[in-house]
Amino acid sequence: MALYSEKVMDHFRNPRNVGVIEDADGVGEVGNAKCGDIMKIYLKIDNDTITDVKFETFGCGSAIASSSMATELIKGKPVSEALELSNKAVAEALDGLPAYKMHCSVLAEEAIKAAVKDYYDKNNIAYDHTQFPDCESCGHCGA
Amino acid sequence: MKRSHRYAVCLRGRFGMEMNMKIYADNAATTKMSKTAIDAMLPYLDGIYGNPSSLHSAGQQANEALSLARERIAACLGCDAGEIIFTSGGSEADNHAIRSAARIGEKQGKKHILSTAFEHHAVLHTLNRLKEEGFEITLLDVHENGMVSADQVREAIRPDTCLVTVMYANNEIGTIQPIEEIGAVCREKGVLFHTDAVQAAGHLHIDVRSQNIDMLSLSAHKFHGPKGIGALYARRGIRLTNLIEGGAQEKGRRAGTENIPAIMGMAAALEEACAGIDGNTEKVSALRDRLIAGLKKIPHGVLNGDEKHRLPGNVNFCFEGIEGESLLLLLDDKGICASSGSACTSGSLDPSHVLLAIGRPHEIAHGSLRLTISEETTEEEIDYMIQAVSEVVEYLRGMSPVWRDLVSGKNKFVTP
Repeated sequence: MALYSEKVMDHFRNPRNVGVIEDADGVGEVGNAKCGDIMKIYLKIDNDTITDVKFETFGCGSAIASSSMATELIKGKPVSEALELSNKAVAEALDGLPAYKMHCSVLAEEAIKAAVKDYYDKNNIAYDHTQFPDCESCGHCGA
Repeated sequence: MKRSHRYAVCLRGRFGMEMNMKIYADNAATTKMSKTAIDAMLPYLDGIYGNPSSLHSAGQQANEALSLARERIAACLGCDAGEIIFTSGGSEADNHAIRSAARIGEKQGKKHILSTAFEHHAVLHTLNRLKEEGFEITLLDVHENGMVSADQVREAIRPDTCLVTVMYANNEIGTIQPIEEIGAVCREKGVLFHTDAVQAAGHLHIDVRSQNIDMLSLSAHKFHGPKGIGALYARRGIRLTNLIEGGAQEKGRRAGTENIPAIMGMAAALEEACAGIDGNTEKVSALRDRLIAGLKKIPHGVLNGDEKHRLPGNVNFCFEGIEGESLLLLLDDKGICASSGSACTSGSLDPSHVLLAIGRPHEIAHGSLRLTISEETTEEEIDYMIQAVSEVVEYLRGMSPVWRDLVSGKNKFVTP
């Protein structure tokens, strides 16, 4: 199918880091089933480094590929770097997404941020709240 | 690649099939042209290229073919040749029929049109445009089983209703509407009745006279004819508006030199399809029922549309916890061409209006799968599809947080 790049199809067909981390240090879930996509990211954090990451996604091909790529991009990285991951970076790493699928990369960015926020909250770590825009900010669902 | 390879190997092992098999199960989108249709077109692409409006012999030869094609199509519908006008396809026929009825109604001070919530967009968007132009539109609710009743039509017809337009069979869920009964109600009330028969023509027996149909749209590529050609039947006495201004073709109602090769292909395809209706219905319905029975074994799935009153080739399911586009992509990897009403497959935010009309919640409608088979589909292919769909659904559920929440009891299943 010419709809997606080879890279999107590769990450869709062979998604990396699918699954659940039972004793995750941070869990983030964004999107809603009504709109057709939900992403859930599990983080294992040790000494401020993301030592393991898993995802579960309900959504289209680009949603699954975006989750897979995003987890690859933050694995082994410091938490601060994961927070800097933009949706654009995810889309670029996938060799681009069709314009109307860009929100899938936004979801991936937000799912990671939500998981980090959960980690901060659980461990009483102070943070700048403006770093965490809520899901509605992407406007995809018209919420 | 690795995963699809593994599936294919496993399937091959079970069914002794080639890995690179290709199953076309999207016949409601379009069909493969029949050899009969192609053969009927070729002479008009090659040797007989005259313009039917020309006086010379080359033109007259084309004109004779055109007249004959019109008669052959009329014979398939039970009407006269003079009641058939050629169009570019089903959408144009729908636009033309509805716009014409609206103009007729307007002259009589009748500006109400009655239709249903699950019509094709060619109908719904035309009605939306008429609404902007001051018409009042009523869209009947569709029952959960995908049916609309003649009683619903009877109750909704008003003194100012100028048109009732109800599709013959739904393109997504395949349900066949009680057209004859609805037509009878319209006849009794003196209201024009149009039906979009794009999915029905060539697949179901149509007789416009006994079924009380005033106008009917059809499209050649849905019954193994060429794309870009269709027809509108309009009962004698119904004045159609001029859709395209210009020459005198189609009695001035649609100007432009006729697409003779396509028209010849359509006439041949429709004749062949209509002659084969009984045999094909029996064969294809049996395959359809086998496919439905197989897919029903997948837990937490539901068949969309009435099981009995449905097109012979239509199967449409919703599976909880998954999204349709990823389902289609993985099926495509397994060589299966299918379709879905998920929002992601259309580029819009909302899932199929048809699935919403029959009451499926958004989250369920996103997980829909339409498989539309033909008389060329084999039993072996049906079994392969059942196996492939079951595996892909299970795989996608395995990575779905929605499915996890359903299984864990955090959220409730909608389907049994």
